[in-house]
Amino acid sequence: MRVILRNQGKEVELAGRRRVKDLLRELGLFPEAVLVIRGKELLTSDQVVGEEETIEVRPVVSGGAR
Amino acid sequence: MKCIKCRGPAVLELRRHNAAFCAEDFLAFFRKQTVETIRKWKMFTREEPVLVAVSGGKDSLALWDVLLLEGYDATGLYLDLGIYDYSKASRARCEAFAAERGAKLHVVAVADEMGASIPEVKELTRRPTCSACGLSKRYLTNRVALEQGFPVVATGHNLDDEAATLLGSVLHWAPEALARQSPVLPASHPGFVRRVKPFFRISERETAAYAFLRGIDYIVEECPFSRGATSLVYKEVLNRLEEHSPGAKAAFFTTFLQRARPAFERLEEVELRDCARCGQPTTAEVCAFCRLAERVKRAGGDRTGTPVRSEAETDPSELRGLGAAERALP
Repeated sequence: MRVILRNQGKEVELAGRRRVKDLLRELGLFPEAVLVIRGKELLTSDQVVGEEETIEVRPVVSGGAR
Repeated sequence: MKCIKCRGPAVLELRRHNAAFCAEDFLAFFRKQTVETIRKWKMFTREEPVLVAVSGGKDSLALWDVLLLEGYDATGLYLDLGIYDYSKASRARCEAFAAERGAKLHVVAVADEMGASIPEVKELTRRPTCSACGLSKRYLTNRVALEQGFPVVATGHNLDDEAATLLGSVLHWAPEALARQSPVLPASHPGFVRRVKPFFRISERETAAYAFLRGIDYIVEECPFSRGATSLVYKEVLNRLEEHSPGAKAAFFTTFLQRARPAFERLEEVELRDCARCGQPTTAEVCAFCRLAERVKRAGGDRTGTPVRSEAETDPSELRGLGAAERALP
């Protein structure tokens, strides 16, 4: 699968299929800090991403010194 | 995972609510939470004009969207910070959002008011960028609201923002900041308008999900000056806690409001006077915004003289003569 890490300007290719929660753990990301997007849909932590699919992991954390 | 309302497939799980929602039910839940917060905290009514401070990001555009959908009289205010392509892109998002909905948007350039853009202020005065930015936002949102006849300014600060700010204040035991942090700051002086945060109970992930599901074209990229910001470290720590104990962030902030803030508020007694330059309330002889503008001028960066710009229906001549809000300043 192809994982687009938005705002980090990078993509990673992973072999095999995975549940979203396992994927985030592997990438070292907190589920609370991102949205996982496939096309026009949001994925929940129990959904499985197939090997041929592309997903975007979009950070939701924003802000400066406020 | 199934939606707790309709039992259809869920698109978002909210662990702290022990719930999951389909898109339609989440959007309804989100709107209801926002409207309930506005009502319960007496933030504003549908009869009052509200100035929404918009940045082009997910939170402020989601807030403006909800307010318009729910029938509030909401006008946008975009402050152009002059941060290169980032400001151009975020301003374009706000203008497109307003145009699609037929909503009114005021645009004010910080450079016209301060004498320099936010990156130039750093160059000219050495004042940290985020500090100059925060000061300008507080001052100008208040001033434009006063001048344009808005009794209240609404901002898109969410639960994560508030919890991170609180954590920072607690780590430094800053009593003034702890006294001031509230979802509603009343207009405690004729020179201040009310400031409200209708999303203070809603997490950052929820506002992002709302914006995404509503198809709002917000700026996902972060301000280039926010890299390495301490508030982001606080948010990471809080998200680690949230991962371990869902609801930790909300409990941290709401119990502060219930149990601790009243005590700090009693300690906080500030004497305000009129700024000698702009006439707005301040604790000093000259308010922090005017002091910074003077430093910019001394450093040779003054570009003021251009009136406050409004792209809607403002007569620039009406925008003069009112000044500062520096309640968040020492």
